[in-house]
Amino acid sequence: MTQDVGSGAVGSPVERLDGQAKVTGNAPYAFEQLTEGAVYLHPLRAPVARGRVTEMDTSAAEAVGGVRAILLAGQVEQLDTRDRELAVLQSREVAFRGQYVGAVLATTPENARHAASLVRVSCAASPPDVALEGDRADLYAPEVVNPRFGTDTEQGDTDSAFEEAAYFIDRTYRTPMEHNNPMEPHATVAHWDGGELSLYDSTQGAHSVRATLAPLFGLPTDRVRVQAPHVGGGFGSKGLPHANVVLAALAARSVPGTPVKFAVTRQQIFTVAGHRTPTIQRIRLGATRSGELTAITHDVVEHTSRIKEFAEQTAVPTRNMYRAANRRTTHRLAALDVPVPSWMRAPGECPGMFALESAVDEMARECGQDPVEFRIRNEPSEDPETGLPFSSHNLATCLRRGAEGFGWYDRNAPARSSPDAAGWIPGVGVAASTYPVFRSPGSRALVLAEGSGRYRVSIGAVDIGTGARTALTQIAADALGTEVSAIDLRIADTALPYANVAGGSSGTTCWGTAIHEAAGKLRAEHGSAPLPGASAEGETTSNPESGRFAMHAYGAQFAEVRVHADTGEVRVPRMLGVFAVGRVINPRTARSQFLGGMTMGLSMALHEEAVLDHELGHVVNQDLAEYHIATNADVGAIEITWLDEQDPHVNPMGSKGIGEIGIVGTAAAVANAVQHATGVRVRQLPITPDKLIS
Amino acid sequence: MERPVTLHVDGTARKLSVDTRTTLLDALREQLAVTASKKGCDHGQCGACTVLLDGRRVLACLVLAVTCDRSEVTTADGLGGSGSPHPVQRALLEHDGLQCGYCTPGQACSAVGMLDEAKAGWPSAVTEDPRQNVELTEDEIRERMSGNLCRCGAYPNIVAALREAIR
Repeated sequence: MTQDVGSGAVGSPVERLDGQAKVTGNAPYAFEQLTEGAVYLHPLRAPVARGRVTEMDTSAAEAVGGVRAILLAGQVEQLDTRDRELAVLQSREVAFRGQYVGAVLATTPENARHAASLVRVSCAASPPDVALEGDRADLYAPEVVNPRFGTDTEQGDTDSAFEEAAYFIDRTYRTPMEHNNPMEPHATVAHWDGGELSLYDSTQGAHSVRATLAPLFGLPTDRVRVQAPHVGGGFGSKGLPHANVVLAALAARSVPGTPVKFAVTRQQIFTVAGHRTPTIQRIRLGATRSGELTAITHDVVEHTSRIKEFAEQTAVPTRNMYRAANRRTTHRLAALDVPVPSWMRAPGECPGMFALESAVDEMARECGQDPVEFRIRNEPSEDPETGLPFSSHNLATCLRRGAEGFGWYDRNAPARSSPDAAGWIPGVGVAASTYPVFRSPGSRALVLAEGSGRYRVSIGAVDIGTGARTALTQIAADALGTEVSAIDLRIADTALPYANVAGGSSGTTCWGTAIHEAAGKLRAEHGSAPLPGASAEGETTSNPESGRFAMHAYGAQFAEVRVHADTGEVRVPRMLGVFAVGRVINPRTARSQFLGGMTMGLSMALHEEAVLDHELGHVVNQDLAEYHIATNADVGAIEITWLDEQDPHVNPMGSKGIGEIGIVGTAAAVANAVQHATGVRVRQLPITPDKLIS
Repeated sequence: MERPVTLHVDGTARKLSVDTRTTLLDALREQLAVTASKKGCDHGQCGACTVLLDGRRVLACLVLAVTCDRSEVTTADGLGGSGSPHPVQRALLEHDGLQCGYCTPGQACSAVGMLDEAKAGWPSAVTEDPRQNVELTEDEIRERMSGNLCRCGAYPNIVAALREAIR
């Protein structure tokens, strides 16, 4: 299936094409688009977590100079949607604290903010219910889990298998509510002109924003244009349009002809831009005397909001990671007075594999086996759930190569070596990573011969920092048999052909395949030296081999920690990641993707936790001073390597997604290392000193 | 209340009238369309807005523009002078010390300011002996650059880039 003409562009470490613009600050992001005469939006937010807005007094706000308009919940045009997250200002009901209940538009950001602070919002409130517990009476089973996996699975007889098992563990792991926090806050510049809506938006999918907003405002899609020239990270939170985009467009319609600029503040991100649900995960494992798993169950409880369901697929990776004849996974939700949860980097795999890879480590110890060897011993030879062969499966090689490179076999005997002179206790841990190969149909690319050997390649994809601009240019160059410098890539605009969202680590697969198809067609129809003006369009279809193979990427992560004997502080001086992800398009930018994933995983392990106030219903630590993400000083040496994996089944490039797998397993590797160092098993993230000092 | 000020931004004198509540960051971005300084938190917690103010690194979101009359403001766009990237910026490119690029201009300004601080002998929290010249080890760089958050996790590449820029 891999049939590039092959100019050698794919696989070479091309420098990031937009790198110079970014290091000098000249790459324009959504909020920075030139917008002569724009007005600024500052939102009004619900001061209670559950109830109803009874009155909004705007008299003082109206008196502020430069105020152009004030929008209030229940007093705006009707939007055509049943999606209650996006039904912005449509009613005065409050479903979570911080929900938008209005907006002020003014000619300067200072006046918009000041005027918004003067609007008096009165509410009839009732006590919110935001506490997730595993034994709530109102837990329910969603119809599917994200994106469309079955909610529960069951094979064999787990109860009998546990009874017969030589070794049995039953453990509960918890992960907290977490927030994506891309460095660029969500931002939109919205402009209504002559019945057309144009947006600059900080989004992972220009076409998805258009597809969502057009029907909401009763417009045909060709009357809406969305551009996202540069996007300052997303990690899932910019994957689905949230209420802020709708509010900006709604406000812009109230001042036609005037652009409206709306940047969500860092604090507001904690309520309106999605988050990762907290999870409570019970895992039971049974094994034979020789350390073969016979039964695996993974039962997950998580939250969603009252107004919109998001069911994270937390137990899904457990369905095919390890072999065992008897297996069960379940997902149950509590719908609470909380903001709407959504995608955060590797939804499902990330929290689910923290629990599974911690439990597997515990079981390996129970069986008296080396955690690396225990994992290899329990590898499935085919997908245990479907019986399908794997398109490629090189976890064992990742584990072995990682163990060798890391010095795994030279480590100390399990746990509790005595502290060094400065009080530090060393430890090492390992965990596996996995991420599915997703491929959605429908992305299209247009390739146009411009003459003199140059080509214009157009696709409405978005580069949120992944390096897509560079990787797609390399794919186009190879498919057209030319150099990277001969490709003029145009992306990030709905005026260009349809492209799927940058999500599910599927961007390169979906967009690269379309480019590959278009290039192949151009060469088939017009030869290798097409005349200027010759063009061809290609479209990504569903993978014809998806019913024949189970397709996943794998990796192995090793972490060295030191834990301070007196303070419980955990440091991570060294990590190693070895990945099997098919063909790597650009080693330079791919390495950064893995580094970034593992760094966010380290951050999850040690720092990240949004604390919900059970009385008031809001995130207490709603800024970057109190919601800690890893800083430079928190991160030590991280070594990244990958296998030369050939997989002809995934897509024409032979590549698997790399944006998310790096965060999968990191937290478990750190937790396992902390256990190795201290003997303390922390089953609730983050691993803060209080959990180690007792 | 408005006041006239003159800011020397990346070598060019810019006269403007600022609301006394306006931060240097908003004056640059919204009034002068100088967008190399980024708004990541507006509260001095992320470092994305870092610029050099009269040669020292500051968080532009925590400085009121009205206090900057006749000051030299250097953003990432002006770091190299004459339109070419500063050696720190070239090193960041070579080591791929960025992904989404939103924190990057702040990282670059912060690094340039940090190098001068180290040269002037300013100690950091990890400096073992403040009486000695500062040697910019990896630990020193990590500590001194920790006011600049990067959610893409480019830290190891940033450290490698700065090690090279120092040489």
